[in-house]
Amino acid sequence: MSTSTPAIKVEDVHKYFGDNKVLTGIDLEVAEGKVVCVIGPSGSGKSTLLRCVNLLEQPTSGKIFVEGAEITDPDADVDKLRSRIGMVFQQFNLFPHLSVMDNLTLAQRKVKGRGSDEARTVARKNLEKVGLAERETSYPAHLSGGQQQRIAIARALSMDPDMMLFDEPTSALDPELVGDVLAVMKDLASEGMTMMVVTHEMGFAREVGDDLVFMDGGVVVEQGDPRKVLGDPQHERTKSFLSKVL
Amino acid sequence: MAMSPRKRAQVSRYVQYTVLVAVVVALALSADWARLQSVFFDLDIVARQFPDVITVGLKNTVLYSASAFVFGLVLGLVLALMRLSQVGPYRWIATGFIELFRGVPALVVFIAFYFGFPTAFPGYAIPGGTFGIVTIALGLVGAAYMAETIRAGIQAVPKGQMEAARSLGMSQTRAMVSVVIPQAFRIVLPPLTNELILLTKDSSLVYVLGVSLATVELTSFGRQGLNTENNLSPLILVALCYLLITVPLSILVRRMEARAGRAR
Repeated sequence: MSTSTPAIKVEDVHKYFGDNKVLTGIDLEVAEGKVVCVIGPSGSGKSTLLRCVNLLEQPTSGKIFVEGAEITDPDADVDKLRSRIGMVFQQFNLFPHLSVMDNLTLAQRKVKGRGSDEARTVARKNLEKVGLAERETSYPAHLSGGQQQRIAIARALSMDPDMMLFDEPTSALDPELVGDVLAVMKDLASEGMTMMVVTHEMGFAREVGDDLVFMDGGVVVEQGDPRKVLGDPQHERTKSFLSKVL
Repeated sequence: MAMSPRKRAQVSRYVQYTVLVAVVVALALSADWARLQSVFFDLDIVARQFPDVITVGLKNTVLYSASAFVFGLVLGLVLALMRLSQVGPYRWIATGFIELFRGVPALVVFIAFYFGFPTAFPGYAIPGGTFGIVTIALGLVGAAYMAETIRAGIQAVPKGQMEAARSLGMSQTRAMVSVVIPQAFRIVLPPLTNELILLTKDSSLVYVLGVSLATVELTSFGRQGLNTENNLSPLILVALCYLLITVPLSILVRRMEARAGRAR
Protein backbone atom coordinates (compact mmCIF):
# COMPACT_ATOMS: atom_id res chain seq x y z
CA MET A 1 0.00 0.00 0.00
CA SER A 2 2.80 2.39 0.83
CA THR A 3 3.95 2.53 -2.77
CA SER A 4 0.57 3.54 -4.20
CA THR A 5 -0.43 7.22 -4.40
CA PRO A 6 -2.38 8.33 -1.35
CA ALA A 7 -5.87 9.69 -1.98
CA ILE A 8 -5.08 12.76 0.08
CA LYS A 9 -1.65 13.99 1.05
CA VAL A 10 -1.17 17.07 3.22
CA GLU A 11 2.35 18.48 3.40
CA ASP A 12 3.36 21.00 6.05
CA VAL A 13 0.16 23.00 5.73
CA HIS A 14 -0.15 26.26 7.63
CA LYS A 15 -3.29 28.38 7.71
CA TYR A 16 -3.42 31.82 9.31
CA PHE A 17 -6.42 34.09 9.56
CA GLY A 18 -4.58 37.34 10.20
CA ASP A 19 -2.69 36.81 13.44
CA ASN A 20 -4.75 33.76 14.27
CA LYS A 21 -2.65 30.70 13.47
CA VAL A 22 -5.24 27.98 12.95
CA LEU A 23 -2.99 25.36 11.39
CA THR A 24 0.73 25.29 12.11
CA GLY A 25 2.40 22.56 10.09
CA ILE A 26 0.09 19.66 9.33
CA ASP A 27 1.32 16.50 7.63
CA LEU A 28 -1.24 13.84 6.89
CA GLU A 29 -2.00 11.05 4.46
CA VAL A 30 -5.24 9.30 3.68
CA ALA A 31 -4.69 6.06 1.79
CA GLU A 32 -7.17 4.98 -0.84
CA GLY A 33 -10.15 3.14 0.61
CA LYS A 34 -9.37 4.14 4.18
CA VAL A 35 -11.46 6.04 6.68
CA VAL A 36 -9.58 8.66 8.64
CA CYS A 37 -11.39 10.34 11.52
CA VAL A 38 -10.19 13.67 12.85
CA ILE A 39 -11.12 14.60 16.40
CA GLY A 40 -10.16 17.41 18.71
CA PRO A 41 -11.52 20.28 20.76
CA SER A 42 -13.33 23.09 18.98
CA GLY A 43 -10.87 25.61 17.61
CA SER A 44 -8.25 22.92 17.11
CA GLY A 45 -8.28 23.54 13.35
CA LYS A 46 -9.80 20.22 12.29
CA SER A 47 -12.58 21.73 10.18
CA THR A 48 -10.16 24.21 8.64
CA LEU A 49 -7.86 21.34 7.69
CA LEU A 50 -10.74 19.51 6.02
CA ARG A 51 -11.78 22.66 4.18
CA CYS A 52 -8.22 23.11 2.96
CA VAL A 53 -8.29 19.69 1.30
CA ASN A 54 -10.82 20.84 -1.32
CA LEU A 55 -9.51 24.38 -1.18
CA LEU A 56 -12.60 25.99 0.37
CA GLU A 57 -9.84 27.53 2.47
CA GLN A 58 -6.58 28.44 0.76
CA PRO A 59 -3.65 27.27 2.92
CA THR A 60 -1.23 30.06 3.83
CA SER A 61 1.62 27.70 3.00
CA GLY A 62 2.20 24.03 2.33
CA LYS A 63 0.96 21.62 -0.30
CA ILE A 64 -2.05 19.37 -0.65
CA PHE A 65 -2.22 16.55 -3.16
CA VAL A 66 -5.40 14.84 -4.28
CA GLU A 67 -4.65 11.50 -5.93
CA GLY A 68 -1.20 12.83 -6.72
CA ALA A 69 -2.39 16.10 -8.26
CA GLU A 70 -1.46 19.22 -6.34
CA ILE A 71 -4.70 21.11 -5.66
CA THR A 72 -2.75 23.98 -4.03
CA ASP A 73 -0.87 24.56 -7.31
CA PRO A 74 -2.03 27.96 -8.62
CA ASP A 75 -2.43 26.38 -12.07
CA ALA A 76 -4.48 23.42 -10.87
CA ASP A 77 -7.97 22.92 -12.29
CA VAL A 78 -9.57 23.22 -8.88
CA ASP A 79 -13.17 22.82 -10.12
CA LYS A 80 -12.31 19.55 -11.79
CA LEU A 81 -10.47 18.21 -8.74
CA ARG A 82 -13.33 19.26 -6.47
CA SER A 83 -15.82 17.31 -8.56
CA ARG A 84 -13.89 14.19 -7.52
CA ILE A 85 -14.08 15.11 -3.81
CA GLY A 86 -17.49 14.83 -2.20
CA MET A 87 -18.07 17.20 0.70
CA VAL A 88 -20.71 16.98 3.40
CA PHE A 89 -21.27 19.97 5.68
CA GLN A 90 -22.42 20.32 9.26
CA GLN A 91 -25.30 22.54 8.08
CA PHE A 92 -26.20 20.23 5.12
CA ASN A 93 -26.27 23.20 2.69
CA LEU A 94 -28.89 21.70 0.42
CA PHE A 95 -30.16 24.14 -2.20
CA PRO A 96 -33.49 25.23 -0.69
CA HIS A 97 -34.93 26.53 -3.99
CA LEU A 98 -34.56 23.14 -5.68
CA SER A 99 -36.35 19.84 -5.16
CA VAL A 100 -34.40 16.88 -3.85
CA MET A 101 -34.09 15.50 -7.38
CA ASP A 102 -32.80 18.84 -8.74
CA ASN A 103 -30.37 19.11 -5.83
CA LEU A 104 -28.91 15.79 -6.94
CA THR A 105 -28.90 16.42 -10.69
CA LEU A 106 -27.80 20.08 -10.95
CA ALA A 107 -24.05 19.55 -10.68
CA GLN A 108 -24.21 16.29 -12.61
CA ARG A 109 -25.66 18.17 -15.57
CA LYS A 110 -23.71 21.42 -15.28
CA VAL A 111 -20.34 20.03 -14.23
CA LYS A 112 -20.26 16.46 -15.54
CA GLY A 113 -22.33 17.26 -18.62
CA ARG A 114 -24.66 14.37 -18.03
CA GLY A 115 -28.00 14.27 -19.79
CA SER A 116 -31.17 14.72 -17.79
CA ASP A 117 -32.13 11.03 -17.93
CA GLU A 118 -28.72 9.76 -16.94
CA ALA A 119 -28.49 12.28 -14.09
CA ARG A 120 -31.89 11.20 -12.76
CA THR A 121 -30.94 7.53 -12.92
CA VAL A 122 -27.76 8.20 -10.94
CA ALA A 123 -29.70 10.36 -8.47
CA ARG A 124 -32.33 7.67 -7.88
CA LYS A 125 -29.66 5.06 -7.27
CA ASN A 126 -28.08 7.27 -4.60
CA LEU A 127 -31.39 8.25 -3.03
CA GLU A 128 -32.08 4.55 -2.65
CA LYS A 129 -28.69 4.07 -1.09
CA VAL A 130 -29.45 6.64 1.63
CA GLY A 131 -32.96 5.24 2.08
CA LEU A 132 -34.90 8.23 0.77
CA ALA A 133 -36.05 7.05 -2.65
CA GLU A 134 -39.59 8.29 -2.01
CA ARG A 135 -38.43 11.86 -1.33
CA GLU A 136 -37.27 12.95 -4.78
CA THR A 137 -40.04 15.54 -5.26
CA SER A 138 -39.74 17.00 -1.74
CA TYR A 139 -38.08 20.31 -0.96
CA PRO A 140 -35.33 20.54 1.68
CA ALA A 141 -37.48 22.65 4.03
CA HIS A 142 -39.92 19.74 4.35
CA LEU A 143 -37.29 17.25 5.45
CA SER A 144 -35.88 16.57 8.91
CA GLY A 145 -32.24 17.39 9.59
CA GLY A 146 -31.28 13.74 9.35
CA GLN A 147 -33.05 13.37 6.03
CA GLN A 148 -31.44 16.55 4.71
CA GLN A 149 -28.01 15.30 5.64
CA ARG A 150 -28.62 11.95 3.92
CA ILE A 151 -29.79 13.86 0.83
CA ALA A 152 -26.61 15.93 1.03
CA ILE A 153 -24.59 12.71 1.08
CA ALA A 154 -26.55 11.39 -1.90
CA ARG A 155 -25.93 14.68 -3.73
CA ALA A 156 -22.18 14.36 -3.19
CA LEU A 157 -22.23 10.69 -4.22
CA SER A 158 -24.08 11.52 -7.44
CA MET A 159 -20.88 13.10 -8.73
CA ASP A 160 -19.21 9.67 -8.41
CA PRO A 161 -16.45 11.08 -6.20
CA ASP A 162 -13.27 9.16 -5.46
CA MET A 163 -13.34 10.30 -1.85
CA MET A 164 -15.64 11.99 0.65
CA LEU A 165 -14.98 14.71 3.21
CA PHE A 166 -17.36 14.98 6.17
CA ASP A 167 -17.30 18.15 8.27
CA GLU A 168 -19.02 17.28 11.56
CA PRO A 169 -21.92 15.72 9.64
CA THR A 170 -23.99 14.87 12.71
CA SER A 171 -23.24 17.87 14.96
CA ALA A 172 -26.33 19.84 13.89
CA LEU A 173 -28.71 16.89 14.27
CA ASP A 174 -31.13 15.95 17.01
CA PRO A 175 -29.67 12.95 18.87
CA GLU A 176 -32.30 10.51 17.59
CA LEU A 177 -31.45 11.36 13.96
CA VAL A 178 -27.71 10.84 14.25
CA GLY A 179 -27.95 7.06 13.86
CA ASP A 180 -29.45 7.14 10.36
CA VAL A 181 -26.70 9.36 9.03
CA LEU A 182 -23.95 7.32 10.68
CA ALA A 183 -25.48 4.15 9.22
CA VAL A 184 -25.24 5.61 5.71
CA MET A 185 -21.62 6.60 6.36
CA LYS A 186 -20.86 3.14 7.68
CA ASP A 187 -22.28 1.58 4.50
CA LEU A 188 -20.12 3.88 2.42
CA ALA A 189 -17.02 2.90 4.35
CA SER A 190 -17.76 -0.79 3.94
CA GLU A 191 -18.03 -0.25 0.18
CA GLY A 192 -14.45 0.98 0.24
CA MET A 193 -15.03 4.73 -0.08
CA THR A 194 -12.06 6.84 0.96
CA MET A 195 -13.29 9.09 3.74
CA MET A 196 -11.93 11.88 5.87
CA VAL A 197 -14.34 12.56 8.73
CA VAL A 198 -14.18 15.41 11.22
CA THR A 199 -16.42 14.21 14.00
CA HIS A 200 -17.30 14.11 17.67
CA GLU A 201 -18.76 10.59 17.32
CA MET A 202 -16.12 8.54 19.11
CA GLY A 203 -18.17 5.38 18.62
CA PHE A 204 -18.11 5.85 14.87
CA ALA A 205 -14.38 6.60 14.90
CA ARG A 206 -13.66 3.45 16.90
CA GLU A 207 -15.92 1.19 14.89
CA VAL A 208 -15.44 2.44 11.33
CA GLY A 209 -12.20 4.41 11.33
CA ASP A 210 -8.96 2.93 10.06
CA ASP A 211 -6.96 5.79 11.45
CA LEU A 212 -7.63 8.40 14.09
CA VAL A 213 -6.07 11.85 14.16
CA PHE A 214 -6.24 13.94 17.31
CA MET A 215 -5.66 17.63 16.68
CA ASP A 216 -5.19 20.44 19.15
CA GLY A 217 -3.87 23.97 18.73
CA GLY A 218 -3.33 23.64 14.99
CA VAL A 219 -1.14 20.55 15.07
CA VAL A 220 -1.62 16.79 14.96
CA VAL A 221 -0.96 15.71 18.53
CA GLU A 222 -1.49 12.00 18.17
CA GLN A 223 -2.38 9.64 15.37
CA GLY A 224 -2.91 5.92 15.03
CA ASP A 225 -5.29 3.00 15.25
CA PRO A 226 -8.54 4.37 16.69
CA ARG A 227 -8.89 1.61 19.27
CA LYS A 228 -5.37 2.30 20.51
CA VAL A 229 -5.64 6.08 20.58
CA LEU A 230 -9.04 6.03 22.24
CA GLY A 231 -8.19 3.17 24.60
CA ASP A 232 -4.65 4.09 25.52
CA PRO A 233 -3.82 7.68 24.56
CA GLN A 234 -0.13 8.51 24.86
CA HIS A 235 -0.22 12.26 24.94
CA GLU A 236 -1.33 14.37 27.89
CA ARG A 237 -3.57 16.59 25.74
CA THR A 238 -5.25 13.56 24.15
CA LYS A 239 -5.91 12.07 27.56
CA SER A 240 -7.37 15.29 28.88
CA PHE A 241 -9.63 15.71 25.80
CA LEU A 242 -10.84 12.12 25.83
CA SER A 243 -11.56 12.20 29.54
CA LYS A 244 -13.99 15.03 28.83
CA VAL A 245 -15.82 13.51 25.86
CA LEU A 246 -15.87 9.78 26.58
CA MET B 1 -65.55 56.22 42.65
CA ALA B 2 -62.64 54.18 41.33
CA MET B 3 -63.22 52.23 38.12
CA SER B 4 -61.65 48.86 37.50
CA PRO B 5 -59.03 48.81 34.69
CA ARG B 6 -61.43 46.80 32.52
CA LYS B 7 -64.22 49.29 33.06
CA ARG B 8 -61.89 52.18 32.32
CA ALA B 9 -60.76 50.59 29.04
CA GLN B 10 -64.39 50.08 28.10
CA VAL B 11 -65.30 53.71 28.77
CA SER B 12 -62.25 54.89 26.83
CA ARG B 13 -63.33 52.79 23.86
CA TYR B 14 -66.86 54.22 23.99
CA VAL B 15 -65.46 57.74 24.00
CA GLN B 16 -63.29 57.00 20.99
CA TYR B 17 -66.20 55.58 18.99
CA THR B 18 -68.43 58.51 19.94
CA VAL B 19 -65.84 61.04 18.75
CA LEU B 20 -65.38 59.19 15.49
CA VAL B 21 -69.10 58.97 14.79
CA ALA B 22 -69.60 62.64 15.70
CA VAL B 23 -66.86 63.78 13.31
CA VAL B 24 -68.11 61.61 10.46
CA VAL B 25 -71.71 62.80 10.92
CA ALA B 26 -70.64 66.44 11.16
CA LEU B 27 -68.59 66.16 7.95
CA ALA B 28 -71.36 64.32 6.15
CA LEU B 29 -73.94 66.93 7.10
CA SER B 30 -71.83 70.02 6.55
CA ALA B 31 -70.44 69.02 3.17
CA ASP B 32 -72.18 70.12 0.02
CA TRP B 33 -72.12 66.73 -1.64
CA ALA B 34 -73.58 67.77 -4.96
CA ARG B 35 -71.00 70.51 -5.28
CA LEU B 36 -68.15 68.22 -4.24
CA GLN B 37 -69.21 65.69 -6.80
CA SER B 38 -69.46 68.27 -9.57
CA VAL B 39 -65.94 69.51 -8.75
CA PHE B 40 -64.16 66.21 -8.15
CA PHE B 41 -66.19 63.46 -9.78
CA ASP B 42 -68.66 64.72 -12.34
CA LEU B 43 -70.05 61.50 -13.78
CA ASP B 44 -70.65 62.95 -17.25
CA ILE B 45 -67.10 64.18 -17.48
CA VAL B 46 -65.80 60.91 -16.07
CA ALA B 47 -67.79 59.00 -18.67
CA ARG B 48 -66.26 61.09 -21.45
CA GLN B 49 -62.77 59.93 -20.43
CA PHE B 50 -63.57 56.40 -21.46
CA PRO B 51 -62.30 54.41 -23.22
CA ASP B 52 -59.13 56.48 -23.77
CA VAL B 53 -58.19 56.67 -20.09
CA ILE B 54 -57.85 52.88 -20.17
CA THR B 55 -56.82 52.11 -23.74
CA VAL B 56 -54.24 54.92 -23.92
CA GLY B 57 -53.46 56.36 -20.48
CA LEU B 58 -53.49 53.27 -18.34
CA LYS B 59 -51.98 51.16 -21.11
CA ASN B 60 -49.06 53.55 -21.59
CA THR B 61 -48.43 53.87 -17.86
CA VAL B 62 -48.27 50.09 -17.56
CA LEU B 63 -46.08 49.88 -20.65
CA TYR B 64 -43.63 52.59 -19.48
CA SER B 65 -43.27 51.23 -15.97
CA ALA B 66 -43.05 47.59 -17.07
CA SER B 67 -40.37 48.21 -19.68
CA ALA B 68 -38.42 50.51 -17.35
CA PHE B 69 -38.68 47.85 -14.65
CA VAL B 70 -37.34 45.10 -16.92
CA PHE B 71 -34.52 47.31 -18.17
CA GLY B 72 -33.76 48.47 -14.63
CA LEU B 73 -33.84 44.93 -13.27
CA VAL B 74 -31.32 43.64 -15.79
CA LEU B 75 -29.06 46.66 -15.32
CA GLY B 76 -29.55 46.47 -11.55
CA LEU B 77 -28.42 42.84 -11.51
CA VAL B 78 -25.33 43.72 -13.53
CA LEU B 79 -24.57 46.63 -11.19
CA ALA B 80 -25.10 44.43 -8.12
CA LEU B 81 -22.62 41.88 -9.48
CA MET B 82 -20.19 44.68 -10.29
CA ARG B 83 -20.51 45.96 -6.73
CA LEU B 84 -19.54 42.49 -5.49
CA SER B 85 -16.77 42.06 -8.05
CA GLN B 86 -13.17 41.31 -7.13
CA VAL B 87 -12.13 43.87 -9.74
CA GLY B 88 -11.82 47.27 -8.09
CA PRO B 89 -12.76 49.48 -11.08
CA TYR B 90 -16.01 47.54 -11.55
CA ARG B 91 -16.93 48.25 -7.93
CA TRP B 92 -16.06 51.95 -8.29
CA ILE B 93 -18.05 52.37 -11.50
CA ALA B 94 -21.08 50.63 -10.02
CA THR B 95 -20.87 52.65 -6.80
CA GLY B 96 -20.57 55.88 -8.76
CA PHE B 97 -23.54 55.01 -10.93
CA ILE B 98 -25.68 54.06 -7.96
CA GLU B 99 -24.80 57.18 -5.97
CA LEU B 100 -25.45 59.40 -8.99
CA PHE B 101 -28.85 58.04 -9.94
CA ARG B 102 -30.06 57.61 -6.38
CA GLY B 103 -28.94 61.09 -5.45
CA VAL B 104 -30.39 62.99 -8.39
CA PRO B 105 -34.15 63.56 -8.76
CA ALA B 106 -35.72 61.38 -11.43
CA LEU B 107 -37.15 64.54 -12.95
CA VAL B 108 -33.63 65.85 -13.63
CA VAL B 109 -32.68 62.56 -15.28
CA PHE B 110 -35.77 62.75 -17.48
CA ILE B 111 -35.10 66.28 -18.63
CA ALA B 112 -31.41 65.63 -19.16
CA PHE B 113 -32.16 62.63 -21.31
CA TYR B 114 -34.99 64.09 -23.28
CA PHE B 115 -33.33 67.36 -24.15
CA GLY B 116 -29.68 66.46 -23.68
CA PHE B 117 -29.42 63.26 -25.65
CA PRO B 118 -30.37 64.60 -29.11
CA THR B 119 -27.97 67.51 -28.65
CA ALA B 120 -25.14 65.44 -27.25
CA PHE B 121 -25.41 62.71 -29.87
CA PRO B 122 -26.66 64.41 -33.03
CA GLY B 123 -27.69 61.90 -35.63
CA TYR B 124 -28.46 59.24 -33.07
CA ALA B 125 -31.96 58.72 -31.80
CA ILE B 126 -33.00 56.58 -28.87
CA PRO B 127 -35.03 53.81 -30.50
CA GLY B 128 -38.69 53.83 -29.65
CA GLY B 129 -39.04 57.62 -29.32
CA THR B 130 -40.70 58.69 -26.08
CA PHE B 131 -41.15 55.06 -25.11
CA GLY B 132 -37.41 54.44 -25.46
CA ILE B 133 -36.46 57.58 -23.54
CA VAL B 134 -38.82 56.76 -20.67
CA THR B 135 -37.60 53.17 -20.54
CA ILE B 136 -34.00 54.27 -20.29
CA ALA B 137 -34.39 57.31 -18.03
CA LEU B 138 -36.76 55.60 -15.61
CA GLY B 139 -34.82 52.34 -15.93
CA LEU B 140 -31.52 54.02 -14.98
CA VAL B 141 -33.06 55.44 -11.82
CA GLY B 142 -34.77 52.13 -11.00
CA ALA B 143 -31.55 50.21 -11.66
CA ALA B 144 -29.67 52.25 -9.06
CA TYR B 145 -32.18 51.33 -6.37
CA MET B 146 -32.64 47.74 -7.48
CA ALA B 147 -28.87 47.18 -7.63
CA GLU B 148 -28.58 47.85 -3.91
CA THR B 149 -31.59 45.63 -3.17
CA ILE B 150 -30.23 42.76 -5.26
CA ARG B 151 -26.76 43.13 -3.76
CA ALA B 152 -28.25 42.85 -0.28
CA GLY B 153 -30.21 39.78 -1.46
CA ILE B 154 -27.09 38.09 -2.82
CA GLN B 155 -25.26 38.78 0.42
CA ALA B 156 -28.19 37.41 2.41
CA VAL B 157 -27.81 33.96 0.81
CA PRO B 158 -25.85 31.87 3.35
CA LYS B 159 -22.18 31.39 2.49
CA GLY B 160 -22.63 27.62 2.75
CA GLN B 161 -24.67 27.67 -0.47
CA MET B 162 -21.73 28.93 -2.50
CA GLU B 163 -19.41 26.51 -0.71
CA ALA B 164 -21.69 23.55 -1.39
CA ALA B 165 -21.94 24.49 -5.06
CA ARG B 166 -18.18 24.96 -5.40
CA SER B 167 -17.57 21.65 -3.60
CA LEU B 168 -19.61 19.93 -6.29
CA GLY B 169 -17.17 21.31 -8.86
CA MET B 170 -19.22 24.28 -10.07
CA SER B 171 -17.30 27.38 -11.14
CA GLN B 172 -17.88 30.66 -9.32
CA THR B 173 -20.06 31.88 -12.21
CA ARG B 174 -22.07 28.68 -12.46
CA ALA B 175 -22.69 28.64 -8.71
CA MET B 176 -23.81 32.28 -8.85
CA VAL B 177 -26.21 31.66 -11.72
CA SER B 178 -27.68 28.33 -10.60
CA VAL B 179 -27.57 28.55 -6.83
CA VAL B 180 -27.03 32.01 -5.33
CA ILE B 181 -28.92 34.39 -7.65
CA PRO B 182 -32.17 32.35 -7.75
CA GLN B 183 -32.22 32.37 -3.95
CA ALA B 184 -31.32 36.06 -3.81
CA PHE B 185 -34.27 36.90 -6.05
CA ARG B 186 -36.65 35.00 -3.82
CA ILE B 187 -35.39 37.08 -0.90
CA VAL B 188 -35.74 40.42 -2.70
CA LEU B 189 -39.00 39.78 -4.53
CA PRO B 190 -41.04 41.92 -2.08
CA PRO B 191 -38.72 44.98 -2.20
CA LEU B 192 -38.44 44.63 -5.99
CA THR B 193 -42.22 44.70 -6.28
CA ASN B 194 -42.20 47.85 -4.16
CA GLU B 195 -39.72 49.28 -6.64
CA LEU B 196 -42.19 48.49 -9.44
CA ILE B 197 -44.84 50.47 -7.56
CA LEU B 198 -42.48 53.43 -7.27
CA LEU B 199 -41.60 53.22 -10.97
CA THR B 200 -45.29 53.15 -11.86
CA LYS B 201 -45.79 56.42 -10.04
CA ASP B 202 -42.56 57.93 -11.37
CA SER B 203 -43.67 57.22 -14.94
CA SER B 204 -45.91 60.27 -14.42
CA LEU B 205 -42.77 62.35 -14.96
CA VAL B 206 -43.35 61.80 -18.67
CA TYR B 207 -45.71 64.71 -18.12
CA VAL B 208 -42.86 67.21 -18.30
CA LEU B 209 -41.66 65.88 -21.65
CA GLY B 210 -44.80 66.97 -23.44
CA VAL B 211 -46.24 63.92 -25.09
CA SER B 212 -48.29 63.23 -28.16
CA LEU B 213 -51.75 61.70 -28.23
CA ALA B 214 -50.38 58.20 -28.68
CA THR B 215 -47.73 58.34 -25.96
CA VAL B 216 -49.77 60.02 -23.25
CA GLU B 217 -49.78 58.26 -19.89
CA LEU B 218 -52.18 58.59 -16.98
CA THR B 219 -50.99 61.82 -15.37
CA SER B 220 -50.61 63.69 -18.67
CA PHE B 221 -53.97 62.32 -19.70
CA GLY B 222 -55.56 63.61 -16.50
CA ARG B 223 -53.89 66.98 -16.89
CA GLN B 224 -55.15 67.30 -20.48
CA GLY B 225 -58.63 66.34 -19.32
CA LEU B 226 -58.37 68.98 -16.61
CA ASN B 227 -57.66 71.59 -19.28
CA THR B 228 -60.38 70.63 -21.72
CA GLU B 229 -63.09 70.02 -19.12
CA ASN B 230 -62.00 72.76 -16.72
CA ASN B 231 -62.78 70.26 -13.98
CA LEU B 232 -60.81 68.02 -11.62
CA SER B 233 -62.76 64.86 -12.36
CA PRO B 234 -60.37 63.48 -15.01
CA LEU B 235 -57.47 63.79 -12.56
CA ILE B 236 -59.38 61.98 -9.83
CA LEU B 237 -60.25 59.23 -12.27
CA VAL B 238 -56.59 58.97 -13.16
CA ALA B 239 -55.67 58.73 -9.49
CA LEU B 240 -58.07 55.82 -9.15
CA CYS B 241 -56.42 54.16 -12.15
CA TYR B 242 -53.04 54.35 -10.37
CA LEU B 243 -54.58 52.66 -7.36
CA LEU B 244 -55.87 49.98 -9.71
CA ILE B 245 -52.22 49.10 -10.41
CA THR B 246 -50.54 49.84 -7.09
CA VAL B 247 -53.01 48.41 -4.58
CA PRO B 248 -52.98 44.86 -6.02
CA LEU B 249 -49.19 45.06 -6.18
CA SER B 250 -48.86 46.07 -2.55
CA ILE B 251 -51.29 43.32 -1.53
CA LEU B 252 -49.03 40.96 -3.46
CA VAL B 253 -46.00 42.26 -1.57
CA ARG B 254 -47.74 41.73 1.77
CA ARG B 255 -48.66 38.16 0.79
CA MET B 256 -45.10 37.39 -0.28
CA GLU B 257 -43.73 38.83 2.94
CA ALA B 258 -46.18 36.78 4.99
CA ARG B 259 -45.18 33.64 3.11
CA ALA B 260 -41.49 34.38 3.55
CA GLY B 261 -42.17 34.93 7.25
CA ARG B 262 -43.83 31.54 7.54
CA ALA B 263 -41.04 29.77 5.66
CA ARG B 264 -38.54 31.08 8.17
